[in-house]
Amino acid sequence: MLSFILRRLVQSLLVLFVMSLLVFAGVYAIGNPVDILINPQADQAEIARATAALGLDLPLWRQYWNFLAGAVSGDLGRSFVSNAPALHLILERMPATLELALTATLIAVVLGIPLGLWAGLRPDTAVGRLIMGGSIIGFSLPSFWVGVMLIMVFSVELGWLPPTGRGETVTVMGIQLSILTWDGLRHIAMPAFNLALFELALLIRLTRAGTREALGQDYVRFARAKGVPMPRVLRVHVLKNILIPIVTVVGVEFGSVIAFAVVTETIFAWPGMGKLLIDSISVLDRPVIVAYLLIVVLLFVLINLIVDLAYTALDPRVRLAGRSA
Amino acid sequence: MLKRLIIAACASAWTLTAVFAADLNIGLSADVTTFDPHFVAAQPNLTAQKHVFDTLVYVDERGRPIPGLATWKTTDSVTWEFTLRRGVKFHDGSELTTDDVLFSLDRTLNIKGSPGGYATYVRPIIAKEIVDRYTIRLKTAAPYGGVAQDLSEVQIVQKRAAQNATGEDFDSGRAAIGTGPYKLVRFARGSRIELARNDDYWRGRLPWEKVTLHILPSDPVRTAALLSGQLDAIEHVPTADLARLRKDPSLRLEQAVSWRTIFLHLDQYREHPPGVSGKDGKALERNPFKDARVRRALSKAINRRAIAERVMEGLALPAANVVSPSVFGHDPAVKPEPYDPKGARQLLAEAGYPDGFRVSIATPNNRYINDEQVAQTVAQMFSRIGIETRVDAMPLSAYFGRARKRDFGIALLGWGSLAADLALRSLAGTTNPEKGYGTWNWSGYSNPELDALIERSLATVDPRKRETIARQASALAAREMAFLPLHYQIVTWAMKKNLSYAARTDEFTFAHHFKPR
Repeated sequence: MLSFILRRLVQSLLVLFVMSLLVFAGVYAIGNPVDILINPQADQAEIARATAALGLDLPLWRQYWNFLAGAVSGDLGRSFVSNAPALHLILERMPATLELALTATLIAVVLGIPLGLWAGLRPDTAVGRLIMGGSIIGFSLPSFWVGVMLIMVFSVELGWLPPTGRGETVTVMGIQLSILTWDGLRHIAMPAFNLALFELALLIRLTRAGTREALGQDYVRFARAKGVPMPRVLRVHVLKNILIPIVTVVGVEFGSVIAFAVVTETIFAWPGMGKLLIDSISVLDRPVIVAYLLIVVLLFVLINLIVDLAYTALDPRVRLAGRSA
Repeated sequence: MLKRLIIAACASAWTLTAVFAADLNIGLSADVTTFDPHFVAAQPNLTAQKHVFDTLVYVDERGRPIPGLATWKTTDSVTWEFTLRRGVKFHDGSELTTDDVLFSLDRTLNIKGSPGGYATYVRPIIAKEIVDRYTIRLKTAAPYGGVAQDLSEVQIVQKRAAQNATGEDFDSGRAAIGTGPYKLVRFARGSRIELARNDDYWRGRLPWEKVTLHILPSDPVRTAALLSGQLDAIEHVPTADLARLRKDPSLRLEQAVSWRTIFLHLDQYREHPPGVSGKDGKALERNPFKDARVRRALSKAINRRAIAERVMEGLALPAANVVSPSVFGHDPAVKPEPYDPKGARQLLAEAGYPDGFRVSIATPNNRYINDEQVAQTVAQMFSRIGIETRVDAMPLSAYFGRARKRDFGIALLGWGSLAADLALRSLAGTTNPEKGYGTWNWSGYSNPELDALIERSLATVDPRKRETIARQASALAAREMAFLPLHYQIVTWAMKKNLSYAARTDEFTFAHHFKPR
């Protein structure tokens, strides 16, 4: 188990290195951030001075070397536009994104699995069809449009929820959390639902298909013939068996929920990491771009690790050490 | 009975507070990256910071410098004497002195890791001499008339608080001690800025006790937040929502002609500008833009009124000058080139291009209002006189870098400046790194006569004389078509019916300029 985790971490270090190199060269190729950030009235000497102050006059390999030297000691550089360390900017925003992604995932799981079960158990009823029809909408509507519609209906027309921003926060162990306040919950409801929509639809379909399949299996039929009550059949025989693909999807989706949060964060002016990345790309704020991607890769590695560990809990036949050998 | 009285009293107290202890929520259109007022010269940052920090020189709604923290006079052609108002207090109660001013000016030059902040404005000053607590004398190396305009951008921080402060100290508010109308309560980056009224503000008491600036870069969302009542006012009303907001009886709009002029740079210095060729794709013998008749033809081909009314939905004014009407050095005698496609064709034929040629217009697609659509429209207008035109649109991050490498034959640019001579120095002065001329002169336009005018204008310290020369320079650049002005943007604020705002040509949104009606 331990060696498995270690091996994973070493692999991810390699990924981090290659990725930082690619991003570094990529941003360099687009252009010089000083061209965008410089005071328009500045003369040529001032432009040269600013370029040198940021170390952008050095050859690319030197700039990368300086970055690596800093990165090894935990310093990912200072933002060109914010006068703050890049890492600090990202960590400052991370709770907002994680909070949003977790709430979205929670909504998807809490609504998606029961709805999928229902649709799987009664596929030919009107409700079952309605659920499936609804899931198609969840797949096909662009989330930008849905977000704006949510704001128009619930904020502008009905006035129930605040249209944008993050609510009041409380500090828990040094982290700013908004889901613990009523104001925060009112603010997160729409963006989280908007973000959950795709995953919700996915989980409904997945659960339904799994349920349909499991219901036809011998062990379910045997259990029912034996007279086991239906709720217990569902809980012990159906749900437990269909949970492995669902856990995989929730895990993988959690990564993409974080990635897709960019769109939702932009619509709802949610101060998360995704919005920071977009803003940073538009002004070529390289230290922040590189640091952001490094952290997201780390996050993905971590999520996959947790998913793998979750397998062993759900299915005793899976052995981590055996697989990696 | 008593109970009723109490209820009535409470009710009236409640309505009173609702009227007087009002909060103001404003939606801003761009992110504020730092609260360090000297780190990066970006308008969104200045917008937020100028609530907390003051400047020696203020700028009025029309873009003209007026006394701020100080009044000034020139004692000779290179000496500017600034006299501070007495009794101006920082947010911590200490008095503003020339020590703070000197420190703030020097800080712009010494700040580390800045991508080019405010040093540009302070660099011309070679000596700073504190005369007394309230008087500071600034000397320039050569006569330079732009000192007051430049200092309207340099915010004054408190020496004691800012001396060893990092960017984080300003963001946390610890070093963000100014003399401005509001105190910084919380800077939640990417989300909002919470401000509290400075009751000792030297210009008197303000109506808004608590102000929150919300960062809402997405256009439809900013509008929705106003419509939902979450916000009291928004800046930069998007063209698409203008009609709807105008019809809404609970809202009102305030507009001003912005200082931003949108124009086209035409490469006039190389033999073969990028993207310019014959219709058969072969290179032309010479650069057509070097011929004034061709430039005039292109200018005549542009229907500026149609662009202003249709593409910009009325949020623009046809342009002829380098700066917009109320700005220093605008020459009202210069009129926009009338739309005349027939005359344009004729001029092209005279210049030896009866069948036209092929060009490409480069434009950013996320910088100016409807920038890409404007370029597309101009392209169609050029095509109508036989010049086959393609549009090459890209995000700003790629655009400025490529433009600086002179990758484009025709390039769209917008420019906001407080003075025509300063604008022309960057845009049309002969490129000369030693003198600092022509930094943004993508046309490669060069005219010694214009250079001399700009130089003379900038070296004139008397504002009235300086403006006369600046106007001549504006007129000359327009006559020679150093670049082709398209329009001045119009900037719009939308707010609740019971508010008013003195719309500003420099586009700034200041809570302290909103008034209850």
